[in-house]
Amino acid sequence: MVDQATTKSSPDAAASPGRLGRGAGLWRVLRAIGLLRESPVAIVGSGLVLFWVVVAILAPWLSPYGPNAIDFTALADPTPSAVHWLGTDHLGRDMVSRLAWGARTVLTVAPIAVLTAYLIGCTMGMVAGYLGGWVDDLISFISDIILSFPVLILYIILISTLGPSALNIIVAVTFVSAPGIGRIARALVFDLRTREYVDAAKTRGERPLYIMLVEILPNARGPLIVDACLRMGYTTITIGVLGFLGLGLPPPDPDWGGMVKDTTAMMVVWPHMSLFPCIAISSLVIGFNLLADGLREISMRD
Amino acid sequence: MTSNGTDYDGPVLDCRDLSISYFTRAGEIPAVVDFNLTLHQGESVGLVGESGCGKSTVALGIMRYLGGNGGIVGGQVLYKGRDMAEMSKEEICQLRGNEIAMVYQEPMASLNPSMTLGKQLMEVPLCHEQVSKKEAYDRAHKILGDVKIPDPERVMTAYPHQVSGGQQQRVVIAMALLSNPSLLLLDEPTTALDVTIEAGIIELIAELSGKFNTSMIYISHNLGLILATCDRVNVMYSGVVVEQGTVGEVFDHMRHPYTKGLFNAIPLPGADKTEHPLVPIRGQLPLPQERPPGCYFGPRCDFFQEGRCDQTTTHGTIEMFSVEGEAGHEVRCLRWDDIDWEAYVPEGLTGEPLERGKEVLAVKNMRKHYELHDNSIAAMIKGKRVRYVKANESISFKAHECETVAIVGESGCGKSTFAKVLMGLETATGGEVIFNGQDIANLPVQKRSPEQVRSMQMVFQNPFDTLNPSHSVGAQLARVIRKFGVESDTHKVEQRVMELLDLVKLPRDFARRRPRQLSGGQKQRVGIARAFAGNPAMVVADEPVSALDVSVQAAITGLLMDIQRTYRTTLLFISHDLSLVRYLADRVVVMYLGSIMEQGTTDEVFAPPYHPYTEALLSAVPIADTSIEKKRIVLKGDLPSVMNPPKGCPFNTRCPRHHGTICETERPPDVEASPGHLIACHIPMEELQKMEPVIVQVKKDQPAAG
Amino acid sequence: MPMFIVKRLGQMVLTMVIASFLVFAVMEFSPGNVASKTLGPYASDESKEILFKKLKLDDPLIVRYGRWIGVLFGVIEDPLADPALNLGFHDPRGHHYFGNFGYSTLYKAPVNDILWDRLGNTGILAGIAFIIIVPLSMVFGVLSGMREGSAMDRGLSLTGITLTSIPEFASAVFLMAVFVVVLAWLPGTSPLEATPEWPLASQLVLPVTVLVLYDFGYVARMVRASMVEVMTKDYIRTAVLKGLPYRTVILRHALRNAMITPFTVILLQINWLITGVVVTEVIFAYPGFGRMLLEAALFGDITTVEAATLVALFVAVITRLIGDIGYMYLNPRIRLT
Repeated sequence: MVDQATTKSSPDAAASPGRLGRGAGLWRVLRAIGLLRESPVAIVGSGLVLFWVVVAILAPWLSPYGPNAIDFTALADPTPSAVHWLGTDHLGRDMVSRLAWGARTVLTVAPIAVLTAYLIGCTMGMVAGYLGGWVDDLISFISDIILSFPVLILYIILISTLGPSALNIIVAVTFVSAPGIGRIARALVFDLRTREYVDAAKTRGERPLYIMLVEILPNARGPLIVDACLRMGYTTITIGVLGFLGLGLPPPDPDWGGMVKDTTAMMVVWPHMSLFPCIAISSLVIGFNLLADGLREISMRD
Repeated sequence: MTSNGTDYDGPVLDCRDLSISYFTRAGEIPAVVDFNLTLHQGESVGLVGESGCGKSTVALGIMRYLGGNGGIVGGQVLYKGRDMAEMSKEEICQLRGNEIAMVYQEPMASLNPSMTLGKQLMEVPLCHEQVSKKEAYDRAHKILGDVKIPDPERVMTAYPHQVSGGQQQRVVIAMALLSNPSLLLLDEPTTALDVTIEAGIIELIAELSGKFNTSMIYISHNLGLILATCDRVNVMYSGVVVEQGTVGEVFDHMRHPYTKGLFNAIPLPGADKTEHPLVPIRGQLPLPQERPPGCYFGPRCDFFQEGRCDQTTTHGTIEMFSVEGEAGHEVRCLRWDDIDWEAYVPEGLTGEPLERGKEVLAVKNMRKHYELHDNSIAAMIKGKRVRYVKANESISFKAHECETVAIVGESGCGKSTFAKVLMGLETATGGEVIFNGQDIANLPVQKRSPEQVRSMQMVFQNPFDTLNPSHSVGAQLARVIRKFGVESDTHKVEQRVMELLDLVKLPRDFARRRPRQLSGGQKQRVGIARAFAGNPAMVVADEPVSALDVSVQAAITGLLMDIQRTYRTTLLFISHDLSLVRYLADRVVVMYLGSIMEQGTTDEVFAPPYHPYTEALLSAVPIADTSIEKKRIVLKGDLPSVMNPPKGCPFNTRCPRHHGTICETERPPDVEASPGHLIACHIPMEELQKMEPVIVQVKKDQPAAG
Repeated sequence: MPMFIVKRLGQMVLTMVIASFLVFAVMEFSPGNVASKTLGPYASDESKEILFKKLKLDDPLIVRYGRWIGVLFGVIEDPLADPALNLGFHDPRGHHYFGNFGYSTLYKAPVNDILWDRLGNTGILAGIAFIIIVPLSMVFGVLSGMREGSAMDRGLSLTGITLTSIPEFASAVFLMAVFVVVLAWLPGTSPLEATPEWPLASQLVLPVTVLVLYDFGYVARMVRASMVEVMTKDYIRTAVLKGLPYRTVILRHALRNAMITPFTVILLQINWLITGVVVTEVIFAYPGFGRMLLEAALFGDITTVEAATLVALFVAVITRLIGDIGYMYLNPRIRLT
């Protein structure tokens, strides 16, 4: 008998010869970036995020003055001028410089916080979802307790007790978000662990760790990436809010929320001092959320 | 009634050159091309074809419900002589559900989960005939009786999840018939149901269409069901009808090579794995945007003539030709008249019958009970959180080297649980499972030796689930080879991957592909390669072809048997498909609700004496052969829940040969009808011996399978 | 059903006990800290010593937690009320009563005097916001989810994403820039004391708007997602092909099923509104519960923070319970199996 099903090669293989061959890993990364083209929402989102990433990286070169350098001459008229493009704050510190350095703060703290939260949350969720039984019950119970707290209260209690610092913000964000991430990961694992390829792995004697990391995790990555992106936006808001409530970085280092807090009292006279940091934080969060939405849309098409 | 009563006597439905396309980002995808159909009052026409041939699209096109991205791009649909394209939105609404009604594939999904069935039924007369609520209720209640629902009062107030799948489908049919439509569209109405339930629904449909004189379009992939329900049949392939005519003409004197191919690929009673093997159709269904010029079936056809069959005509594809002497029998083939079907003997995979070897597997009194911890809110309400499910009850049978043992049964019969115990994904509650001399009943896979793991492997059911979408085919096969210690050197592993791909007849460059680039059949081949990577003594195949189209099914079963022949593997074939089991198994084990009802060689099980359940199963299976006559046994009631099985004989609640109270109190003993042929029934053997065969070949025609 | 509620109540109590213990543990982990925070930064070591002894702060954490519960249930007298400590605390309700939250060191009064007024104020703000958010987000969510990918859907989705992305303090600043600074139509602060210029109602406009803007996009997107999913279900096709008019299909078949998932999310907004309004209250100087909590936390008023957290937890578990019951009511698959 001739080879029945395969004399004609699979139709979609012909359409994508590039998927074959060595260096497929690099190609896939490029293809993933290329996919963004398909969603205008994702392009705008990634553009906004990219803008702030560049600003954060180039902060030392972009900012005309030190972030805490005080220009006393500007105190009389802190509004935007040729010297200070976006004006200065109430202490005569250059807004452009402070915004650029503030971008650096938020884009360092937020990714680290989300990453640690993900490491812990994913581990919790995968273990709970895959092993089930009392392990699941225990992890779910702990998560439920943390999740039953109103989020902001938890932040206020934790930071006011631990003291405001970048490290403590990371700790607090991890503590607060890990259970939520764990829930998502658990639900994904719950679904994926019933797949036949997982059964196939079990029937050839693979260990649970291998199954979790090699068979299940790669297939959960789509929703997890989208969620991580949303969480980046959410964490950015959190960092801003904590700064605004006086629980952010200790002064005088610039952080966007803190900049708003220091200047809202002067809204009526000099609204620019509050407006610019507000625009900065909003645009970054919009960027993250649009990117997440675009990614979600793209992943659904596949 | 409503406007049905006009004295129009032309065809109920007339599709003229109907073409339907979907519009996607990739452009226009023609799903149906030049579809013609004339349907008269009281007539039933079947649409048959494999997945992706456009048969469901036709139904939705007639309903003018094609979603946001579909549309009719050519032709007309005339309903009772009126062009539906010229009707207003309101008129279409009046037609839907009132004059043209539809029954769907998944009864559970097509009913609103948060509305009582009564309300959903009453909506139809309330909407179309503005009757009072009282009258709507009465009509709904009455129609439930018509579709033979035993307790209409309860069903009226029940939500969909509270009634069984078979009853759900009866409700959907009732809903369709409520306003006495002129045209009923049935889209695979029994595909989601078990075969004994299916038999009941088919009987109901046949009875009701006679009673209401409704015209029907019956869509199915199953030729046997078409034979049981329709007067005429349209065979579809890749968006076009390739052959149409009366059921008799098409089934007995088919003219199109595709139709012939379909019949050669399905296991009919005449087929035999050694002498008359199934013949798959080679190649694959082309994507709608990549259809070949000329005849769409050309590249897969044994009678393809270059320069003739691949010529594009003004129509795009070939036109229909009328078969002389058979009015209404048309075929879309240029060579319909010059193919000599008598001389056509398609190449099948024949081989010598296999001698069975030593005993490989012996299952003795195996039991598997589950303790269900129900943590749902519902269980908490009732405070009942632990329930016992007897998934397998005293299972005993043997399997030998080189033998194919089939375990057959409907859903919930425990066949998949049994596979899990064998594979060590679960452990038995009691009894023994001796595999190669060692008891593995209580040995979870983690505790089995690499040798034990390697020598028993599994082929899974769902081709879309069997391979990990994140890893390449080669990587997945290589992992198995390393894991089983077959090879460890990178180069040798790669070599072995290539050999495995050769074994399952896939091109070697498939190693670098990802699962989503493969078709269902190809994925299933990789799944088979994976199971055979460590040269196992036994392979458990859990419904390996049930998700595949018939032509691919034949190829995969052929491949499995071919490999079995080479390696002398024991094959444990788990299936719900009796026709397939009859075709390829040496021994058959029939299960029902966790217990074995009957076992023996294939010939013994498929001939009297039967277990009453086997008898009913055989009668329920639709067979696409006009020369076969079946005794009709339609089981009453639904499959009992595994959670709450009947006492005594598990089959006693539905048994047509109920033997008295003993059936309800005592489990029947295994009685030997002949050495090795065991029947678990209280009926005395002498009486069972007097049974008549269920399936009889009435007229001696040439066997339908080549 | 009653069985279920009893079980859920048990779970609720357990959650509250463990959660409040966690808060207690975080706040009172170091006993020295408790003494100095209670007495303020200028207290002498001597008076700290006396307080330390009085409060038996060297007892293990769990014992001290037990005492706190004892005070709360009116079994034990609050040690801070002892005149010997010279803190000048006096509670007209007496020393033994159920719900004794102790004394606030920040407000120099029994916590009960402060807490409930503040909670009431927040209730007004949150209540108005909730009444606006729910119907608004449901209408928008259903309209955009009804036809996925339509121009309206895309527009509404984009609006929703943008609005949820703007932190409350930022939208407050934007709104103030327009309505307070430029137009001067509304007051920039909302102390809830009517002035001739700004009546009470005008003081509520901006805080409510900020809350609605931040939250409504989120809820609307939940409703939309659920609606989109329901619209792809087979039973919607069944309803259409029964010949029902589109309106009936949406209202009778889609809506109820589309509400099942977002229902819990909507209820959780009550929870969020009661406690998550801190930012809005701070920026508008609104005398609410959230601002009280923040002030107490920044000041080190342990008693008030613990009391406020307990109340917030209570609101949270109660909304969850209502959520579960409502979910069951909406979803017959869970109610009747």
